[in-house]
Amino acid sequence: MNTLARKILMAATGLFLCFFLLIHFLGNTQLFLEPEHAQKGFNAYSKFLSNNFLIKGVSYLLYLSIIAHAIYGIIITNKNNKAKGSYKSDHRGRASKWYSRSMGVLGTLILIFLVIHFQNFWYQYKFGEVGLDPYGNKDLYGVVVASFQNSWLVVLYVISMIALAYHLIHGIQSGIRTLGLFHPKFVRWVNVFAVIYSIVICTGFALMPIYIYFTT
Amino acid sequence: MKLQLKIWRQVDRNSAGKLESYQLDNVNHHMSFLEMLDTLNEQLITNKERPVEFDHDCREGICGQCGVMINGIAHGPLKNTTTCQLHMREFKDGETILIEPFHGAGFPVKKDLKVDRSAFDRIISSGGFVSVNTGQAPEANSLPVSHETAEQAFDSAACIGCGACVATCKNGSAALFTSAKITQLALLPQSEKERKTRVIDMVNQMDKEGFGHCSNTEACEVECPQGISVLNIARMNYEYNRANFFKHKK
Repeated sequence: MNTLARKILMAATGLFLCFFLLIHFLGNTQLFLEPEHAQKGFNAYSKFLSNNFLIKGVSYLLYLSIIAHAIYGIIITNKNNKAKGSYKSDHRGRASKWYSRSMGVLGTLILIFLVIHFQNFWYQYKFGEVGLDPYGNKDLYGVVVASFQNSWLVVLYVISMIALAYHLIHGIQSGIRTLGLFHPKFVRWVNVFAVIYSIVICTGFALMPIYIYFTT
Repeated sequence: MKLQLKIWRQVDRNSAGKLESYQLDNVNHHMSFLEMLDTLNEQLITNKERPVEFDHDCREGICGQCGVMINGIAHGPLKNTTTCQLHMREFKDGETILIEPFHGAGFPVKKDLKVDRSAFDRIISSGGFVSVNTGQAPEANSLPVSHETAEQAFDSAACIGCGACVATCKNGSAALFTSAKITQLALLPQSEKERKTRVIDMVNQMDKEGFGHCSNTEACEVECPQGISVLNIARMNYEYNRANFFKHKK
């Protein structure tokens, strides 16, 4: 595999994860409903997702993408560290944005967040003891509300969403150019789209724990 | 003006280098950066010390031979300028200037500020050319090229191969250099026949030389003396994907 092939793999998995985030975000907006409606809708939605075989297939692709994106991120970073020059006086940072140079660090923060996030909800839902709601569905909404009573967890989620926003702002436009979009006009559009997409999704996600913390 | 210089001194490829300090008292602010180094070397030779070796040729900003890291920035603080076109008026009297060679896995240091950039030559040799029969120039109208396309190709061809992109890149990637040649040739009809093999061969050679991955930080475009656009890299990615997608099975 050469440098371009590795980057294409990063771009493809990364953009797939970005698309997943949108679906995840739209589903989770139910959390902003009135508690009774939110509980009914969110739990029914969770049940639908976990029972649908198509979604099951996509979820395996999702786990695989996260793992591949992380592993190739490490491989690429290692190779880059061997290739780069180091300078006694280094002011090269003036030429680029800090977050474009910190994708590895931001990615690591996001990976740590993901482990915690999976433990909080995914693991609880699949393997933990979760009660039933009045409609007979597993009460994931209850788990969410209970988790976000912990102010530290809320802070952790908000910080992680800030890291994710910066990771996405660079990642989306970098990924699309890695796949070969080179027309100046469309590249400009993609840059604007990346900023709007990242800010909307990450602000939305960050508001969920804050909303639950202050309203329940 | 007076200057305090800290310069990377290295005897040869295999020895370790280190920074050494020099004091230079008679620097005219009209001097170019290389003329300042010439002045230092005169002083060193007079004192029977080994002069500082550095690459240079045309001193007009078009050959791509010169290029050093000046205070941690490729070609110094002035943007879109080669080291030879940088003048001492950009610096303050009494300033300390730190000078290091461009380097990285693909760019080993040969001596002092001299760098082995033959990796770039090997990338070009691997496909950055058009195979044509020699003989008379063909009728110009038989291969129509629009003005816009010719200008675009020329913008990419403006790369002088100085290596500032590699030195500036946090990953030591040669993507800007390689992609500029691939884009230039991808735009012109004469090079159409080798379009697919060229991009694959040049990318493979770029990797073989030990350069890193492009992570689109766009720092290379900012420090490039010729302002070569990072969209060349996106074009290279397009050409590479296209070539692989339409590859004939052998």
